[in-house]
Amino acid sequence: MSRSRPVRATATGRRRAPVPHKSAIAIFVVPFGTLFALFYAVPIGYAMVQSLYVVERTGTFGPAREVFGGLAQYQRVFADGSFWSSIGRVLLFGVVQVPVMLGVALLLALLLDSGLVRGRRFFRLAFFVPYAVPGVVAAIMWGFLYSPNLSPFAAVTGRVDLLGADLVLWSIANVVTWVYVGYNMLIIYSSLLAIPPEIYEAARLDGAGPARIAWSIKIPMVLPAIVLTTVFSIIGTLQLLAEPQVFRTFSSAVSSTYTPNLTVYSTSSIPNFNLAAAFSVVLALATFALSFTFLKFTQRRDAR
Amino acid sequence: MSAPARTTAGRTPGGTPSRESLLSRSAATLVMLVCTAYFLVPIWWLVVASAKPEGRFTQGAPLWFDDFSLVDNVAEVLTYRDGVFPRWILNSLAYTGGAALIGTLLAAMCGYALAKYRFPGRETLFNVVLGGVLVPATALALPLFLIFSRFEATNTFWSVFLPSLVNPFGVYLARIYAAASVPDELLEAARLDGAGEVRTFFTVATRLMLPALVTIFLFHFVAVWNNFLLPLIMLGDERLFPVTLGLYTWNTQVNQLPELRGLVLVGALLSIVPLVAAFLLLQRFWRTGLGAGSVK
Repeated sequence: MSRSRPVRATATGRRRAPVPHKSAIAIFVVPFGTLFALFYAVPIGYAMVQSLYVVERTGTFGPAREVFGGLAQYQRVFADGSFWSSIGRVLLFGVVQVPVMLGVALLLALLLDSGLVRGRRFFRLAFFVPYAVPGVVAAIMWGFLYSPNLSPFAAVTGRVDLLGADLVLWSIANVVTWVYVGYNMLIIYSSLLAIPPEIYEAARLDGAGPARIAWSIKIPMVLPAIVLTTVFSIIGTLQLLAEPQVFRTFSSAVSSTYTPNLTVYSTSSIPNFNLAAAFSVVLALATFALSFTFLKFTQRRDAR
Repeated sequence: MSAPARTTAGRTPGGTPSRESLLSRSAATLVMLVCTAYFLVPIWWLVVASAKPEGRFTQGAPLWFDDFSLVDNVAEVLTYRDGVFPRWILNSLAYTGGAALIGTLLAAMCGYALAKYRFPGRETLFNVVLGGVLVPATALALPLFLIFSRFEATNTFWSVFLPSLVNPFGVYLARIYAAASVPDELLEAARLDGAGEVRTFFTVATRLMLPALVTIFLFHFVAVWNNFLLPLIMLGDERLFPVTLGLYTWNTQVNQLPELRGLVLVGALLSIVPLVAAFLLLQRFWRTGLGAGSVK
């Protein structure tokens, strides 16, 4: 957080009251603030309100009315076995995929930074290209590559059922990894470049080898970048939607409640908006709680 | 061997003693080559398969051209169903380019104000924005749909465009960049010269923050370009679809209309061209800008 220091320094150096440049500040802040309120804060509040209502009908064909139902929808959320197994599925996915993806990203960033490899510009670009492929398109492409009939690797895909119930989760994990390794690598690599080289000189004089320097200096120095990429990966994992949704056309093993967001989508297309809103709220809170806990946890470790 | 590489980089890469064993050099290069194959072979296959005639993309060598007909295939995609595909591409460019341009400007102004001014509620605002970073946009799609349907505004351009303008992470990045790259002395000097605060922002600060702004723009561009759930929920009219949603619907119809299978692949290839082009053109900006967000 040392980057915020200049802010504080200037702030204390300025007059306290009254607020100078009031109208300029308003011009800067109000446009974003308004849109943020309208399209971020209000929807969250609205979802919470909606989730407290239930639809009642008089008789089977009577007119539907929305009436206040308290936490009735949340009871249904917590009793919904397929929703919780979808949460379990994305957690399992995240526990395996996020470390693998970030591990590869870190390794590639360290190799790029080590000076062991020539053609760094080329590799950096080559690894980053998949990030330009939208999730839907990447999933369609890999869906073809996995398919036993259409794949150019039919020798493999004809024998191993990559789209079957056992493996399809990991086939999706591969798609996500393929798209995001380069992006994460670049973030880590850019923060490796920001380390002042003098630090290495000192370590080298102390007799540290490249592996030792990578482990004891580089990795600790880029920890904030790793934390950032981890948080975004956790969020992305819990929100998985496009890839499994696309895979439903390739694989019957991907159900309409395969991930939490798919549950939200299929519940809202029934349509049961109140229940879908409750799913959304629970999912948003779970995501927020998980990423926030991770941030706090790592910050505490930093402080020690 | 590594000496020229090092000097072009303009810095001494850390942890590299002058004599590296040939073994670790080759091992490192091998890892890089294997990864390059992993990342590029699927795209290469997409190019090759898109160039095979009439959707027979399993014909011939799996990873090499066979009767090169990319031009015919592209023409077919562009004219299929009265040219709905180019319309999708234009839609995507409008949703994405417009939202990313305006969104970047708004995020830059807000982040700049957070970094350079002290005002009541500043910390609260920043914390709320940070909270917004942690609440994923997909969680908002359904409530947004419910709100827009109240105003009977679903299935419109604006129902996808307006929510895409908001980029809390952009504000977060802009605040860091503004604090790091816009010196207070310069702002004071501008004030002494009698320049207004807003004018100073547009003439002085944006110029200093340019690499950062390009980075924020690119992130925002990718996020909106990839956005899938919001248009999926909001839009019913095929002519309003962004290209991702359009390709998705084609892909779901492959079983009924087998000719779509080839078109989906060619369309997929065409849909990634704009982003790859943007990345290549703006390379020198994002290369330097990317890291700053994480170096706290």
